[in-house]
Amino acid sequence: MIRLDRVTVRYGHGRNAIAAASDISFAVAPGAAFGLVGESGSGKSTVLRSIAGLIPHAEGQVQLGGAAMPPQRNRAQRRLVQMVFQDPYGSLHPNQTVDQALASPLRIQGLDGGEQRIATALREVGLGPEHRFRFPHQLSGGQRQRVAIARALIVAPRILLLDEPTSALDVSVQAEILNLLVRLRRERGLTLLMVSHDLAVIAHLCDRVGVMQHGALVELTSSDALAAGAVTHPHTLELLRSNAGYDMRGAEAARFEA
Amino acid sequence: MSGAPLLCVRNLRVTYPSAQGDTHAVRDVSFTLGRERLGIVGESGSGKSTTGRAIMGLVPPPGRVTADELRLGELDLCRLSERGFRQLRGRRVAMVLQDPKYALNPVMSIGRQISETHRAHVGGGKPAARRAALEMLEAVRIRDPERVFTLFPHEVSGGMGQRAMIAMMLIANPEVLIADEPTSALDATIQTQVLAILDELVRGRGMGLILISHNLHLVSAFCDRVLVMYAGRVVETCEAGKLREAKHPYTRGLLDALPELGRRRELLPQLQRDPAWADGA
Repeated sequence: MIRLDRVTVRYGHGRNAIAAASDISFAVAPGAAFGLVGESGSGKSTVLRSIAGLIPHAEGQVQLGGAAMPPQRNRAQRRLVQMVFQDPYGSLHPNQTVDQALASPLRIQGLDGGEQRIATALREVGLGPEHRFRFPHQLSGGQRQRVAIARALIVAPRILLLDEPTSALDVSVQAEILNLLVRLRRERGLTLLMVSHDLAVIAHLCDRVGVMQHGALVELTSSDALAAGAVTHPHTLELLRSNAGYDMRGAEAARFEA
Repeated sequence: MSGAPLLCVRNLRVTYPSAQGDTHAVRDVSFTLGRERLGIVGESGSGKSTTGRAIMGLVPPPGRVTADELRLGELDLCRLSERGFRQLRGRRVAMVLQDPKYALNPVMSIGRQISETHRAHVGGGKPAARRAALEMLEAVRIRDPERVFTLFPHEVSGGMGQRAMIAMMLIANPEVLIADEPTSALDATIQTQVLAILDELVRGRGMGLILISHNLHLVSAFCDRVLVMYAGRVVETCEAGKLREAKHPYTRGLLDALPELGRRRELLPQLQRDPAWADGA
């Protein structure tokens, strides 16, 4: 469903160009869930954005649903892939109601039956008709993230891109959103690609995992291997250690490095 | 814990009045702090940060702080004036905040910000403050203190900014350090480094540390003791190492709702909130 072949994304021009992601190749089968982990600046969001078509890639090829994506995507190609962003406070327009937020992708895609589609989309993400005419500030963080998911799914995409969808949320709300994503993926046969710095969240939702560092994909592994600690790259091991919260061995190692 | 407690809090209450009636942000919170690392965990709105701010005298009006006892050593914080708090803050109690991008002054060099704290609380003039600031930057393991001294907050990384903030907070050698989500804005590997530095300095100087965080793993691994807050109350206190054996249904629910490596579940158990928890059940 998703295939990246030696994709490189550069920011800036000429001598100032920086490769935020270089030579990235991986494939995700239809209906599978793939996770990208890494620290800030590792290039994981850049990869996600180039798949979404938000930024052009300098080299390589992005294939979605079997077709190579051109620099300028058409409406059907844009409909194929939708994205949910990290910050539910920033990604919804503060002066637009939930209804307006959900109606605009339908208008852009030229889909009819809006009334019905909006009601269904809200129900699917666990929101009621009472939320439909509220403004974002009248919703909790978890409810806003549900609206963002509904907005992505209302055009019935086949691929859903998730950029740290739960890192701004409380633990109990995070569990609710993760459960929602598991259910939606099963019901709709969605292909998921999630970016997160939290290994446990990635391993919960995804089957396969890519580890990024300094713009490069340094290891491709599975959630099971990650859980068993059966990984080889030093950076993956370092992330695994940090995932435990704080441990003395990690702290001792850091003491020597710093 | 050794000797007399550094900080005594008994029935601390913080109330924000509003037209719809009073909001009780913190309700009857009691604890003591020795020369130890005490963690406060809870979700947003649980009152954990407000508790920290009340101790610093930083609850803005119209918020009201009352307590049966709020004592730092021999000093009664309930009766302390704003002027008294100004002398106290930074000198005897200091606070490290979440994000150095917002907590540091963007138009003042890092060195000047650290020396300013030294001059305000320790005195001894500019050259002494500069020397102390450079030493402090070295203590938080900044490799080139002379260079970092002249940099502005936007010129350093998040981890370095956070170490600079720790340097600023520790330069006057306070008795109690309150760290409110000190590493939540940092990458996991940097987080470990910053915590190691915090740990070393807090132990070395015999300070008391209150670590406020939403991260259960982090608090249980780093602290000695943990308070779990819900809806403004402490619902459970336990040894940090035994957080996994916590008894309160809220703590259990939170631990259960966390995805965990090596324990994959199709669906995560969702927290069922019991209204009785808010009343201290």
